[in-house]
Amino acid sequence: MRIKFQFIGMLALMISAASCKKDNFDAPTSSLKGKLVYQGEAINVEHDRVPFELYQYGFGKVGAIVQTFAQDGTYSSLLFNGTFKLIVPNGQGPFKWKQTAAGAPDSVTINMNGSQVLDLEVTPYYLIRTPQITAAGGKVMSNFKIEKIVTDATAKDIENVTLYVNKTQFVSGADNIANTGIGGGAITDLNNVILSATIPNIVPTQNFVFARIGLKIAGVEDRIFSPVVKLTF
Amino acid sequence: MKNIYKLLLAATVLSMGGCKKDSEFLNVEPTSIITTDLAFSNPANVLSVLGDLYNRQVDFSTVKDWYSMADFSESFPSENGRAFLVQRNGWGYGEWGTWDYGYIRQLNLFLERLEISTSLTAPDKAKFKAEGRFLRANYYFEMTKRLGGVPLILTPLSYDFSGKTDDLQYARSKESEMYDFVIREAEEIKGDLPTDGKANATDAARATKGAAMAMQARAALYAGSIAKYGASTPQVSLPGGEVGIPANMAVAYYTKALAAAKEIISGTVGNYGLYQKKADLADNFSSIFIDKGNNPEAIFIEDFKLKSGKVHYFTGWNQPRYGAEEEEGGRINPSLNFVESFEKLDNSFAPIPITDGSGNPIYYSSQVDPFAGRDARLAGTVMLPGTSFKGRPVDIWNGYLLADGSVFSGDDRGQQKVLPGTTGLRQVVGFDGPINAKEFTAQSGFYLRKYLDPAIGSGSRGTNSELPFIRYRYAEVLLNAAEAAFELGMSADAAGYMNQVRARAGLTTPLTPGEITFDRIVHERRAELAFEGHVLFDHKRWRIAHQVWDGNKMSPAELVTNIGKATKRNTQPYALWAYKYFNPGNANDGKWVYRIVLPSLVTGANNFQFGNYYSAIGDDIRANNPKIVRQPNQ
Repeated sequence: MRIKFQFIGMLALMISAASCKKDNFDAPTSSLKGKLVYQGEAINVEHDRVPFELYQYGFGKVGAIVQTFAQDGTYSSLLFNGTFKLIVPNGQGPFKWKQTAAGAPDSVTINMNGSQVLDLEVTPYYLIRTPQITAAGGKVMSNFKIEKIVTDATAKDIENVTLYVNKTQFVSGADNIANTGIGGGAITDLNNVILSATIPNIVPTQNFVFARIGLKIAGVEDRIFSPVVKLTF
Repeated sequence: MKNIYKLLLAATVLSMGGCKKDSEFLNVEPTSIITTDLAFSNPANVLSVLGDLYNRQVDFSTVKDWYSMADFSESFPSENGRAFLVQRNGWGYGEWGTWDYGYIRQLNLFLERLEISTSLTAPDKAKFKAEGRFLRANYYFEMTKRLGGVPLILTPLSYDFSGKTDDLQYARSKESEMYDFVIREAEEIKGDLPTDGKANATDAARATKGAAMAMQARAALYAGSIAKYGASTPQVSLPGGEVGIPANMAVAYYTKALAAAKEIISGTVGNYGLYQKKADLADNFSSIFIDKGNNPEAIFIEDFKLKSGKVHYFTGWNQPRYGAEEEEGGRINPSLNFVESFEKLDNSFAPIPITDGSGNPIYYSSQVDPFAGRDARLAGTVMLPGTSFKGRPVDIWNGYLLADGSVFSGDDRGQQKVLPGTTGLRQVVGFDGPINAKEFTAQSGFYLRKYLDPAIGSGSRGTNSELPFIRYRYAEVLLNAAEAAFELGMSADAAGYMNQVRARAGLTTPLTPGEITFDRIVHERRAELAFEGHVLFDHKRWRIAHQVWDGNKMSPAELVTNIGKATKRNTQPYALWAYKYFNPGNANDGKWVYRIVLPSLVTGANNFQFGNYYSAIGDDIRANNPKIVRQPNQ
C-alpha cells in the first residue's frame, strides 16, 4: 500500500492544532504555613498523626483537604487564592481546639491572597517544660518538668510519660528503638521527672540518636512531645 | 410483460407485510430482560432473583478475601504486595466501611414486588418474604457493626425529578435502634422460615429459623457489650446516639442474647450441635470447615460449588507452597502471638517452650514437639512445622544452628550449601522457608490450616475449591450464650456453655464458674473463631481495640508475658523459626531448636485510633445528605 504522505502531514497538523488549546490549570502557588502554638510556644506532636482540615465553599459539594501536622507542630499547604476554613476535627491532637456551642470544632477563616503565615492557637492539657536530654555511657538521660495547663473541669490525668529514642529523626511510640516510661500515678514530683533509656546496638553503627519525651494524657489519643533533640555520643 | 408480473408480486408481498399494525410491529417484548411480572410469576423465578440477593451479602474476612484475614497481627501476610499490612502504623478511618444502599433498594423492591404479586401461593410468598427480610436485616447488621447507626430505609425510595432531594435525605438512626431492628426482624420472620433439619448440606446456605436466631443472638450480644463497655470510652459516642448505646440498656440486650442462643441450643429451631465426628481432635476441628455433608455445626453459610462458576481460591492462596498443585500459596502465616495464645491442656497459659530455665535452648527430636500438649484448635487452625497437608509434610525450617550459636542458612527455598567443616552440598533451608521477605514462604514459621481444602485440585487455578464460608456456627452460639450469661452474673451457666466448646478441643478439665472472667471470654472467642471475621468486631464492641493495637512496638520479652490477658498488646506479628542443630558428635546433633524472630518486613506497629471504632462515612455521602452526622474522633 502506498503511504500518502500528505495525510500524515495533515494528521500532524490537526494534532498540533488541537494541543494549542490550553487544557490545564496552573498549580496553586499561594502557600499557607504556620504551626501549633500555645502562648507562642510550639506544640510538638507525632508525625503524620494529628490532622487538620481545610474547607473551601462555593464549588458545589464540600469535602475537606486533609493534612497532618509535622512533628514540630508545623504545617504548610499550597492553595489557590480564596476563602478557606480550617478546623482540627474533634478528638484529634493532645490539646483543646475551640468548639462551637453545639460541640463542633470552631473554624478559623483564612483569606488567601498570596502567601501567608498563620499560627494556630490551641490549649494543650499538659506541656513538657525545660527538657534536658543528654546521652552518655550508652544511655539517654532526660530531666524535665510537666506543667498542667488545663486545670478546669475538663482537666485530664497523665496516663504515662515516656522517653523515646530512635535512630532517625522520627521519634514516637511507633518509631523508636528504645523507650522507658513511667505511669502517671508513679510521678511524685511534676517539677522533676527523670527518665533514662539504654541505647541498643544500632545496625549499621551510628554515633548519634534522636530522642524526645512523649506524654500520654488519659482519654486523649495523641501524645504531646518535647522537641526532638539529636544526641551525638 | 413479464416484468409487470414480477412487480405485482413484489407489491403484493410488500402490502401483505404492511398489514401488521404499527403497534404490533414495533412493540416487541425484549428477549434479554425479564419483566417484573414474569420474575414474580412462579417460585423458581423468584428464587433466581433471591439468589442474586443472597450472593450480594457482605462479609468480612472471608475465604473470598484472604488479606483481610491476614491483618490485625494475628498473622503475617506472606505476599510482598500485601506486606504493607505490617509496615503501616494502623488503619485509615474509612477502612472496613460499606455503604451499599443500591443493595438495600433492591431488597426493598424485592419485598414490595413480592407483596403485590398474585401468582404465588401464600406459604411460598411468606417464605420468600422472610428470606428477603433476613438478608436485609443481616446487611443492616453488617453496616451497623462497621458504621454504627445508618439511615434505616425500609421502602424503595424514588426520585420525582423535581430537583429537590430533601425528602430523600434520611438522618442516621441511633445505634441501639439498628440493633433493635435486627432483633425485631429476626423475631418476626422466624415463624415463616424453614427449620434446618440437616437433611441437605445446602440447607444452611439459605435463611432458616436457626440463622435468624443466630443473627439475633449475635446482634443482641453486640449491642449489650457496646452498651456495657462503651462506658469505658465515652469519647467514642455521638450526642445523637448514632454511635454508642446507653449503659443502662446492657442487661436487656444480654438477656435477649441469652434467650436467643438458648432457643438454638435447646434444639427447637433446628438440629444443631457441635461437630464431633473424628477421633483426632485437631482433625475434627479443621473438618468443621471442610465437611459439607450433614455438618451439625453450620447454621448459615455462603456455599460454593465446583464447576458452577461460584468457587473460591482460598486453598490456592494459602496452601503450603512446596509441592503444591500450583506454584504459589503460603500467604497467611499465623503469628507466634496467635500460636502461643492457645492454652495447655491444664487450662494454663504459657509461651511455646524454646529455652529452659537457665536460658539454654531446648533440643527437640521431633519438629512438632514444642506444640504438644495444647488446645487441639491450635493444630486444627495452624499448619505447624512437622505436620502434613494432602499427605505431604511441610518443610519449614530456616537453617542450621552451628555449635558456636551462629545460623547457617540460605536465601532461596530449599537451597543447598556446603556446611562448614563438611564436604558435599546439603539442603540448608526448608522448601517452605521461612526466608525473610521471600513471599509465599512460611515467614512466621507457620501456615494456616483452617479452610484449606484437602480435595484434589482445590489448590489449582483451573479447579478451585467449594468449601463453604460459615457465617454463623453452633460453637459461636454457645460462646455467645456463655458471654451473655457471664455478663448477667450467671457464671455457672457461662461455664457450662463454654466447657462444651472447650471439651471438643480436648480441654477436658472444666473451668469452674469462678474461673470465667472477661479475659477467658475474650480468649475463648479468639481461639475458637480465629480467621472467621470476628477479631475486629469483637475487639471493637469490647472497646479494647485501642489497647490491644496501641501503636507501640512489641519486644520479644513482652511477647511471652501476660498471655491470655484480653488487653495484651498485639501490634506486630512475631515469628518462631525452626533450626536444625549441627554439631557432629554431640548428643543433640540433628535435633530441632526454635528462636523467636521479628520478620524483617515488620516495620510498623498497628495503631487502632478512637476514630477507627466506626468507619468513616465518605465526604461524598455527607455532601449529598447533610443530615448524615460525622463519626466521632475523625
